[in-house]
Amino acid sequence: MNMSIQEFLQHMANGISLGSLYALIAIGYTMVYGILRLINFAHGDIFMLGTYLTFYGIIFTPIPWYIVFILAPALTGLLGLVLERLAYKPLRESPRITVLISAIGASFLLQNLGILVFGGRPKAFPTPAILEKVLNVGGVSIAIVNFVIPIVTVILLIGLNYVIQKTKTGMAMRALSKDYETASLMGININGIISITFFIGSFLAAMGGIMWGVKYPQLMPHMGVLPGLKCFIAAVIGGIGNITGAVLGGFILGLGEILLIAFLPTLTGYRDAFAFILLIVILLLKPTGLMGEKITEKV
Amino acid sequence: MKKISLKDNIWLKIGILVVALIGLVVINLFLDSYKVKVLNLCAIYIILGLSMNLINGFTGLFSLGHAGFMAIGAYTVAILTMPLEAKTMNYYMKPMVPFLLNLNLPFIFALLIGGLMAALFGFLIGAPVLKLTDDYLAIATLGFSEIIRIVFINLQSITNGSLGLKAIPQMTNKFIAEPLGLSSKTNLLWAWGIAILTIIFMQVLMKGSYGKAFKAIREDEIAARSMGINLFKHKVMSFTIGSFLAGIGGGLMAVHLGTIDPALFKFALTFNILLIVVLGGMGNIYGTVISAIVITVAMEALRFLDGSMNFGFFTTPALPGLRMVVFSLALMVVVIFKRDGFIRDTLEKVRGKYAKNQ
Repeated sequence: MNMSIQEFLQHMANGISLGSLYALIAIGYTMVYGILRLINFAHGDIFMLGTYLTFYGIIFTPIPWYIVFILAPALTGLLGLVLERLAYKPLRESPRITVLISAIGASFLLQNLGILVFGGRPKAFPTPAILEKVLNVGGVSIAIVNFVIPIVTVILLIGLNYVIQKTKTGMAMRALSKDYETASLMGININGIISITFFIGSFLAAMGGIMWGVKYPQLMPHMGVLPGLKCFIAAVIGGIGNITGAVLGGFILGLGEILLIAFLPTLTGYRDAFAFILLIVILLLKPTGLMGEKITEKV
Repeated sequence: MKKISLKDNIWLKIGILVVALIGLVVINLFLDSYKVKVLNLCAIYIILGLSMNLINGFTGLFSLGHAGFMAIGAYTVAILTMPLEAKTMNYYMKPMVPFLLNLNLPFIFALLIGGLMAALFGFLIGAPVLKLTDDYLAIATLGFSEIIRIVFINLQSITNGSLGLKAIPQMTNKFIAEPLGLSSKTNLLWAWGIAILTIIFMQVLMKGSYGKAFKAIREDEIAARSMGINLFKHKVMSFTIGSFLAGIGGGLMAVHLGTIDPALFKFALTFNILLIVVLGGMGNIYGTVISAIVITVAMEALRFLDGSMNFGFFTTPALPGLRMVVFSLALMVVVIFKRDGFIRDTLEKVRGKYAKNQ
């Protein structure tokens, strides 16, 4: 294996920015699972919606792109909240599998609405010129997005950490994920907290979606499926329900994927299988994930 | 005189079956080839729906890996039945491995081997994964089905990669149609014959002790275990049988379509089957049969939704995606408002029965 240090650093930068994106999307999965014990299958499609909303915001409105980059995720957050109200709230008392089927239905609904409304043909993401530059640091040329993505991710994570650790809402979220029933007896407004959780998760997914669009500028109604599944896997690897774990899982998956191709180019075709194989290995060896708590079932 | 009842008269049942099969052969001769194709697809979806219902509905294991097992069955059948010329025509990018190139079996054996291959993989995958519960199992089986698909894309010398396989030999009713001077079409007897066998098999299985054990596991795993039911053995068994049937369904699908490629076996295919199972009612044999027919016919009949529509005074543009919007909405509405499925409910009303489980 002869890979120059420059090449290696390029791969690392690529892997870290991909990992950041995975981390942002994985947080939405892990927060929802923590509270509702539900795999939000439609989360990847929410990510897709966020990217499309940004696309339309930039192309069809005079609003400057940096404001669209905030407005579109906020709107996506609201859509996530509406999705929860319509598809999951009526099933609060139902078995988990029923809710999961509803989530799968919601995912297909959003994808096909996407084809219906946005059209099935791929669209090119209107990347702002400033983000298209390529930096040259000591012989290593790195696209500026690969710097921006991790920085934005870190800022968002600090913000999220503040909300969860320091605010009353955050405390209520933690209480709900620890013990749903007791928390509801303590006067916590469960529906309100769940709505906020969906809003935050969808907001972060849309943020990830925008940066995804900048990095891979091709939008399709099915674009959320594979990243969605992979980010769920990232959340499982880190220990589902645990936000730090989701971030860790995202980075493991992103870096792992890029480095796998970098060091073993013959396996390029198996890139998408890597996440699933990792998932199955983790589930069999440590089902609670790297940072998850052990759950025992009561009879 | 004794009254003849359908329930315990085996000869009457066999009689109905024979009449149905003869009817099938006649329909096969006189319907146009498109309708015959749709009918054929109905039977295939009955098999697939029942196989998923065995795993998801009767045993309560939420598996989303059907597309993967279907892919195994479909590719096995295609590779084993295609003659040498078709193979050399298909594998122009990368030659096929010589061992498989000259292999050619009659359809029935190819189909059986397809089912057995799927069952083997079901067993190998099931043994480690079935220790997981609920949604973890769902995501792990979905993962396996994706892995199978990705492997098929990459194993070019066996599966022809993403180019897919074309010109899979068709099973037609030439042997009856030609002497009668009629045009030959897809032979319905294969798919419907196997569908009927599957229905009978499922009924026998669910009435027996294995079926009771499956249902006990679905209702309460801990209670079932304390009754002395070997959870692991029964789960793996249900999963393996389900995979076998999925492989058979996949093999029939390959022949039905004539062309297969890995993109066909995406999660969307599993979704169609899940739709059938949920609408027909989890753990209901006849519900699944009816819902498979209704959904398959509706999927075809509603194709006009994707195209442009003419309302006389104005014409809408083509709306691709609308058809699947309708079906995803149908799934959600059924799940949210009627958990047990429409058809099961109507069936129970018709029979005047209110028993919860069949």
